[in-house]
Amino acid sequence: MDMLQFPANIAAAAGVNFAAIMPEVILSVIAMALLLVNVFINSEQKAYLGYLSLIGIVVTFFSVVSGWGAPQSGFNNSVLQDNFSLFFKGTFLVSAFLTILITDQYLKREECNWGEIYPLILFATVGMMLMASGTDLMTIFLGLEVLSVSLYVLAGFNRANLKSNEAGLKYFLLGAFSTGFLLYGMALIYGSTGTTRVAAIASYISQNGMVLSNPMLVAGMLLMAVGFSFKIAAAPFHMWTPDVYEGAPTPMTAFMSVGPKAAGFAAFLRVFIVALPAMKADWSELLWVLAVLTMTVGNITALKQTNIKRMLAYSSIAHAGYVLVGFTAGNAVGTAGVLFYMLSYAFMNIGAFAIIVLVGRKGEENNNVSDYAGFGFKHPVLGMCMSIFLFSLAGIPPAAGFIGKFYLFSGAIQAGYVWLAIIGVLNSAASVYYYLRVMVFMYMKDPTEEFDWLAVSPSLALCLLLSVAGVLIPGIVPGTLLDLAQKAILM
Amino acid sequence: MLGAYLPIIFLVVIAAVFGFASLCFSSLIGQKKPSEVKLAPYECGCEPVGSARERFSVKFYIIAMLFILFDIEAVFLYPWAIIYKKLGMFGVMEMAVFIVILFVGYIYVWKKGALEWE
Amino acid sequence: METIFFTIVAAVTVLSGIMVVTCRNPINSALSLILTFFCIATLYVTLDAPFMAAVQVLVYAGAIMVLIVFVIMLLNIRSEVGRRYTHAGIIGTVVGFLMLVLTFNFLNNSSLTGAKGLITTDVINKIGHTELIARSMFTDFLLPFEITSILLLVAIIGAVILSKKKI
Repeated sequence: MDMLQFPANIAAAAGVNFAAIMPEVILSVIAMALLLVNVFINSEQKAYLGYLSLIGIVVTFFSVVSGWGAPQSGFNNSVLQDNFSLFFKGTFLVSAFLTILITDQYLKREECNWGEIYPLILFATVGMMLMASGTDLMTIFLGLEVLSVSLYVLAGFNRANLKSNEAGLKYFLLGAFSTGFLLYGMALIYGSTGTTRVAAIASYISQNGMVLSNPMLVAGMLLMAVGFSFKIAAAPFHMWTPDVYEGAPTPMTAFMSVGPKAAGFAAFLRVFIVALPAMKADWSELLWVLAVLTMTVGNITALKQTNIKRMLAYSSIAHAGYVLVGFTAGNAVGTAGVLFYMLSYAFMNIGAFAIIVLVGRKGEENNNVSDYAGFGFKHPVLGMCMSIFLFSLAGIPPAAGFIGKFYLFSGAIQAGYVWLAIIGVLNSAASVYYYLRVMVFMYMKDPTEEFDWLAVSPSLALCLLLSVAGVLIPGIVPGTLLDLAQKAILM
Repeated sequence: MLGAYLPIIFLVVIAAVFGFASLCFSSLIGQKKPSEVKLAPYECGCEPVGSARERFSVKFYIIAMLFILFDIEAVFLYPWAIIYKKLGMFGVMEMAVFIVILFVGYIYVWKKGALEWE
Repeated sequence: METIFFTIVAAVTVLSGIMVVTCRNPINSALSLILTFFCIATLYVTLDAPFMAAVQVLVYAGAIMVLIVFVIMLLNIRSEVGRRYTHAGIIGTVVGFLMLVLTFNFLNNSSLTGAKGLITTDVINKIGHTELIARSMFTDFLLPFEITSILLLVAIIGAVILSKKKI
């Protein structure tokens, strides 16, 4: 590349390829349209924004499906839409779709029915998609920022509620701090390799082996690991999770615990597996420790929680730990397990949060585990749905959570991390206690309430239906989805 | 290389010296006959009431925040302005996408009434 | 000449940075922060990056400091009274010192062999710093540039949603 020469053809020099960013373009255009529509309609019509955003997500999903199997690289290798990123994009769209289905009822209950929530969810999804398909540290970073800024606002969306305010502020302060770590890490990687493209970083390292002993590169890798660990809420960088998850509006908690976590994993996997394979021996040691800490801290702390949102927050930390087991293994089975698990986790966790939205009352009341006493008798169908989600979270067959964990742990065993798999299984066994405690309350305690205020809106019912299907079908016949996940791994 | 910045350094030094010197001279040369009225904080001729340290309304804040966001937008225009002739039509398109996306934000802010002093 | 200049500016940067976190009056902290930003802008100048320096002054020392001062006035923070240095400060100092020793040790025992870039001082003098930035931004980094506009849009929505009185 001759710096003195100005490129003759700018479009060619910029490497414009819309096919590589089609889903992002469609979704951002729809989000901007919704934002404009929002200011021209009255408050009774806000629900239409929800329907429109659902249509937008479906359209984007079709564009994702049509891109399967035909990798598209664009913008001078800034983005690569391969099967890996498409699988993750599917996961993000599923989680955004399910979240929007439960949002409307919550907004009406909490009297914060502002239409901006839908464009913000869509923009957050755009950010996640850019993180999954970014093959340049800049793209990944900006995708992460688009996602994070949307999430800070979504966490504090219920402005009248003090806890929601606290959640937004805490998430913003700690998130900005962790972003600093990530960016510093990226800067050091750039300084030691001279490029921000992930593939070029790998080829520079393989051609200049001595850079591996450069403290700048090692420090860059460590700082990036810290930044990503914060985003996926891995211990010891998980401190923000319980407060933010408890305080944020319930549908947004559901969204945050699923989509952004998956996006964090997507970028984490891409950067570490594609850009830094030469340092695998170093980072898999690090991830080993992170995985064990994350699983154990998450599960042990979850045992003592009384607030169900807080309990699921710790449970989501533990789940990040299970997924880290698959990442640590770094082989085909483990990585496919990561993809499969993130998708099934979207169904089971958002499903569980849909029930929490239903049972909760105005002002985020009724969110304690004890409030579920007798719920299973009063509403057998809803109780059964909740049980299915909890079984899946606990990893009990025939739910999808079991298959996912099975693949994560067998990946670890194949890669020689037998102890890691054993610790994972023990943790998984311990987690059964707090999931089943909710069921004990639902079925074995006398009802203290009549639950007669419960009203299942059609969209919420659709969310429950989809979630149950998404948990049971891959759990009973995992073949198709596993096949897709295996085709989507990075190797 | 740094020689090019010499005028700026001179300007900064002159500004600092001027400010410092005028304070010094006025305190050295000026007559001092303090009285109660003269020492009172000036509030348009009215009697000063209460502390000047009041909480500011959040209205100022939202204006400042929107200012920063559009300020950052303007920063991106500088490098573009330097080479827009060389970039040609494609460069106009590049910048048009950027501006249109932010224009959506501008319409939103306007219609939302965030620019009004309510 | 340039080494002396750098040493002075770097020393002022670090000192004013320390002032930011140790001043008891938040307005004094904010003013020290302005000084820090100006010093960093000066360091950019010595690195042949005048555009970065201008942006640093425009955005950080200008716009962002306005926001910080507004926040101070908005919350009406008085200067902090009472005990300031708790055991957290002591632990922080110890950990920081250990990190410093570790870093020096690390740097002494291995060499910093970063990649050599194509943009040397000669190239910057021939083409111009701002134009070089513009070239990368509108060719190699076109997509990140466009994503920035989405990021700013989201930030605008966030500012309105979280701080407007009536929405």
